[in-house]
Amino acid sequence: MSTKPLLQRVAIGPRQSVPFELDGVACSGFEGDTVLTAVLAQGAVLRHSEFSDAPRAGFCLMGACQDCWMNTADGQRLRACSTLLQAGMRLSTRWPA
Amino acid sequence: MSTVVIVGAGPAGLRAAEQLVQAGLRPVLIDEAPRIGGQIYRQPPATLQRRPADLYGFEAGKATALFERFAALLPNLDHRPDTLVWQIEDRTLHLLSGGRSQTLAFDALILATGATDRVLPFPGWTLPGVFTLGAAQVALKAQASLIGPRVVFAGTGPLLYLVAWQYVQAGGQVQAVLDTAPPEARRRALPGLLARPAVAAKGAWLLARLALAGVPVRRGVQLQRAEGEGRVSRLHWQQHGRPQSTECDAIGFGHGLRSETQLADLAGCAFDFDPLDQAWLPRRDAAGRSSVPGVYLAGDGAAILGADAAELAGARAALALLQDCGHPVPAAHAQALEEALVPQRRFRESLETLCPLPADWAAQAPDALVVCRCEEVTAGELRACVAETGTREMNRLKAHTRIGMGRCQGRMCAPGASRLLAQAAGCSLAEVGRLRSQPPVKPVPIAVLGASAPQVAPVPEDQRDD
Repeated sequence: MSTKPLLQRVAIGPRQSVPFELDGVACSGFEGDTVLTAVLAQGAVLRHSEFSDAPRAGFCLMGACQDCWMNTADGQRLRACSTLLQAGMRLSTRWPA
Repeated sequence: MSTVVIVGAGPAGLRAAEQLVQAGLRPVLIDEAPRIGGQIYRQPPATLQRRPADLYGFEAGKATALFERFAALLPNLDHRPDTLVWQIEDRTLHLLSGGRSQTLAFDALILATGATDRVLPFPGWTLPGVFTLGAAQVALKAQASLIGPRVVFAGTGPLLYLVAWQYVQAGGQVQAVLDTAPPEARRRALPGLLARPAVAAKGAWLLARLALAGVPVRRGVQLQRAEGEGRVSRLHWQQHGRPQSTECDAIGFGHGLRSETQLADLAGCAFDFDPLDQAWLPRRDAAGRSSVPGVYLAGDGAAILGADAAELAGARAALALLQDCGHPVPAAHAQALEEALVPQRRFRESLETLCPLPADWAAQAPDALVVCRCEEVTAGELRACVAETGTREMNRLKAHTRIGMGRCQGRMCAPGASRLLAQAAGCSLAEVGRLRSQPPVKPVPIAVLGASAPQVAPVPEDQRDD
C-alpha cells in the first residue's frame, strides 16, 4: 500500500509544529491542523472499516459522514475532521487489540 | 420573551441573529464549528492566518462583511461555538459541548442547519482519496491543504466548477472535470440563469478560466468506478458510450447539496416532498414559519437556495419570529426580503435544469455497489430486500437491511438508497418516503445519553416481577 500522503499543504505560515504519534510512529503536524489533516499529510488512512477492514480516510470533512472516527492509545475515540491536533496525541488507525 | 435560539452560524443564522439583536433581543447562537461562517464562509483556525481573497475568491467581500457585522453583534449575543444540538424534545434542546451535556429550553427557535453534499455513489467511492466536493473545498479553505496531488472533480452542480478552479488557483493538479449533466442542459437552462446575470457570468468566467488553464472538461459523463490498492489510483468513466479512465490520487465528487433536516424533524415539523430538491423538506411559509409554532426555518437546511438566499431567508425568518412575538416590524422590510427571494428561487430552478441528477443512476448501479459506507450495505442487498419483502418504504427498508442506521444516520446514503428503492419497487421517489430522524442526530458518548435520560421512578416493591 502506498504511503504517499492524500493531502498536500499549500500554506504553512508561521505556525508551531505539533508532535504526535501515529500507530506508534513519531510524527508532526502544525498548530491549527485538524487530526485528519495531520494524519493525511503523512499517509492515506485514518481508520479501517469495522465491516470489511478496508482502509478509510474520511469523506465529507464537515462532521456529517462520521467516516473519520479514530482511536487513541488511551482508549478514546475522536472524529478526526473536527478535532484539533494536540501535542502528544497518540492516534491509531486500528481498533485496540 | 425569554429564550430565543438560533442553530447554525452560517449566512442564514448570522443574518437572523442580526435582526434579533437589532430588535433588542439577546439570542443564543449555537454552532458545531469553532468559528462562524458555516460551510460556505468557513474559517480556518485563527493560527492559520490566510487572506479572505485566497479563501473565498469572488465572495471574499460578502464573507468579510458578514464577519465584521458579527463582530459588532457579539457583545449582544450568547454565541456557543463547538456545540452540537443532538436532540430536541418538549421545546428543549439537548446540547453537547466539550464532552458535556446540557439542556436549553427555548421559547422560539430558528433552525439554520445548512447542507452537505448530495452524493450518488459509484463503485470504489469508499477508497481513501475519494472525497466530496465540499470536503475538497474544506481542505483548502479551513486547512490550507489540497486533496491529491493529482485530482479529478466529478458529478454535477455549481460547486464542481468552482472547486476545480479554486484548486487550479492554489496550484493543484486538476486532471479532469467530469460533469454528469448532458451538454444540451446548458442551452435549456440559459434563459432562467439570466435571473441572476452576475452569478451566471461568474459561471461562464469559471469555465473560461478552466479552459485557459488546460483542464479537460467533459460533459454527459457516466461515472463507472474508482479503483486502487488501499487508495484511489484511477477513475473509470464513459462518455458517448466510450469507456475512458483517468489516473489520479484523489477524487472530489458530488451532485449538488442535501439539506440537513434532522433537527426540524425532531422538533416535530411537518415535511413535504419537494420536487425541485427531490427530497422531503420541512414545510414552511414564505417567511420561514414551520408547521410548529415558534419554530422557524432558514437557509439551505430548509431548501437548497445558496448563500445569498440564505442571508435573505435568515433575516426574514427572524422578522417573522419578531412579528409573532408582537414586536413592531416594518412590513415593507419583510416584504422586500420575500420579493428578493423570488429571483433566487427562479435561478435555483434553472440550476437544476443545468445540473440535473443522473436520471438513470439507480438502474445503472451494479449490485455490488456499496450504498451505505457506514455498514457497507450494497445495492444488491437493497434490491433483494424489495424482492423478498415487497417493501416500498424507506423506514421498512432500513429495518430490514440497516441502510441509514449507521453512524451517519442516512446523511450519505439516503439519496442513493431512496432512488434504488423507488426503482426496485416501481414507484416514485416521493412514495418511498423519508427516513425518520433519530436522536442523537450525531454520535455522542453513551454517558451523555445516560445523563440526559429522564429519571425513572422506582417500581413499588409490591409491583415488581422479581
